[in-house]
Amino acid sequence: MTTIRIPTPLRPYAGGESTVAVSGGTVGAAVDDLTQKHPDLRQHLFDGDKLRSFVNIYLNQEDVRYLNGADTEVAENDTLMIIPSIAGGLN
Amino acid sequence: MSTQGLIDPAAIADVELSHEEVQRYSRHLIMPEVGMSGQKKLKAASVLLIGAGGLGSPLAMYLAAAGIGRIGLVDYDVVDYSNLQRQVIHGTKDVGKPKLHSAKARINDINPHVQVDTYEVALTSDNALEIFEPYDVVIDGTDNFPTRYLTNDACVLLGKPNVYGSIFRFEGQLSVFYAEEGPCYRCLFPEPPPPGLVPSCAEGGVLGILPGTIGAMQATEAIKLILGIGDSMIGRLVLYDALNMEFTEVKLRKNPNCPICSETPTLTSLIDYEQFCGMPAHDHSLYVTAESEEAVRQIEPSALKSRLDAGEKIMILDVREPVEWEISNLQHLGAVLIPKGQVLERMGELDTASEIVVQCRSGARSADVIRELQQHGFKKLLNLDGGINRWAGEVDPTIPVY
Repeated sequence: MTTIRIPTPLRPYAGGESTVAVSGGTVGAAVDDLTQKHPDLRQHLFDGDKLRSFVNIYLNQEDVRYLNGADTEVAENDTLMIIPSIAGGLN
Repeated sequence: MSTQGLIDPAAIADVELSHEEVQRYSRHLIMPEVGMSGQKKLKAASVLLIGAGGLGSPLAMYLAAAGIGRIGLVDYDVVDYSNLQRQVIHGTKDVGKPKLHSAKARINDINPHVQVDTYEVALTSDNALEIFEPYDVVIDGTDNFPTRYLTNDACVLLGKPNVYGSIFRFEGQLSVFYAEEGPCYRCLFPEPPPPGLVPSCAEGGVLGILPGTIGAMQATEAIKLILGIGDSMIGRLVLYDALNMEFTEVKLRKNPNCPICSETPTLTSLIDYEQFCGMPAHDHSLYVTAESEEAVRQIEPSALKSRLDAGEKIMILDVREPVEWEISNLQHLGAVLIPKGQVLERMGELDTASEIVVQCRSGARSADVIRELQQHGFKKLLNLDGGINRWAGEVDPTIPVY
């Protein structure tokens, strides 16, 4: 199983979990499996079929946009991370 | 990556350290990485802090103590009781007074050698370039997307490093965006999230210590940039999870198609960031979202009270989180709690026949819920203007404001 790390702002849509174990041989398949397990996440990650541009997915510290995108291969013990934009600081 | 030559050599040459200053900075001076020459760089340096709040508090205090020569502060807010849980530069005696007054007084007390320049304004596209221009380093400690994009773009256009920190609940982010040597904020986040998709700290809360951690790390990065030592956070993003005490680092790359920092930028001047983000940058803003123009009928707390007193049948729907209900609620008036995220799936619990007043902390979330419910055919909806906090202030002082 591949692990996906869920950032704090998205945890309410993933049953409060900070990591979710998913299956799938590529980034796209792993994220699909994640949104099957937690359907509420889908609208936060995708705009239709397209990954939202403010959502970054990293495989082992590398942005998958600079690898093979959704087709990037994912091994069993890899960790995927979702990095969202957060704005807090002042108030 | 380390940045050499950020500080003008002529300015460094003009700097002297008095005997008192040598004593004050002795723990720096005996480190070869700083020494007399480094301490003079710090004194010759100028740093602009956007925001004198959660991140700005530790930033201003540590940078002042470290001997930064000139610190600029941009903030227009006044100190509120709810700030004191994390904004340690302000004290209880400062509540109700401008943040810049207490921040400046605290900096002067920590280190009277620091020149403090204050800008008691909202940062906008009209004033940002002028305010940023005289500073060596800009530090982003704001709380909203429009100002973050504005700060980024102004730094890119002026060729200045932007020490970025952001916090939410138990999680923080840290990086240095410096387009001269690496990626900018837009390379990582080309577009902001749609309004309402990402909750703010005021909505989601924040661990009071978290801005202390992230702000101290931002101050560290600023000092490293000025001294030209160490490995800076340029091209790297650290994610800090306070609950699990985990630091994770990822690599950031310069986006070859970045609209502002690529070789062929499509943005060459500042834009309207409130329109770009679809949300107001601050509560003095005149920006009106397309959504808020749609009809959400408001009811004033006093008007609601009169109608309840007259015996009218009105359902009060509280859409806050259970932890907020524990702080204050209108249960004695029959209020029902259904958190915002559950309203649509629990619509069946609402009585379509009776009038429903939707209520949250200060009126924003409840307005969102009304728009959602209107799309599902609900018509008799009123938004409690100012939420339960305004109700507490104007109708029932036995209820605490939070």
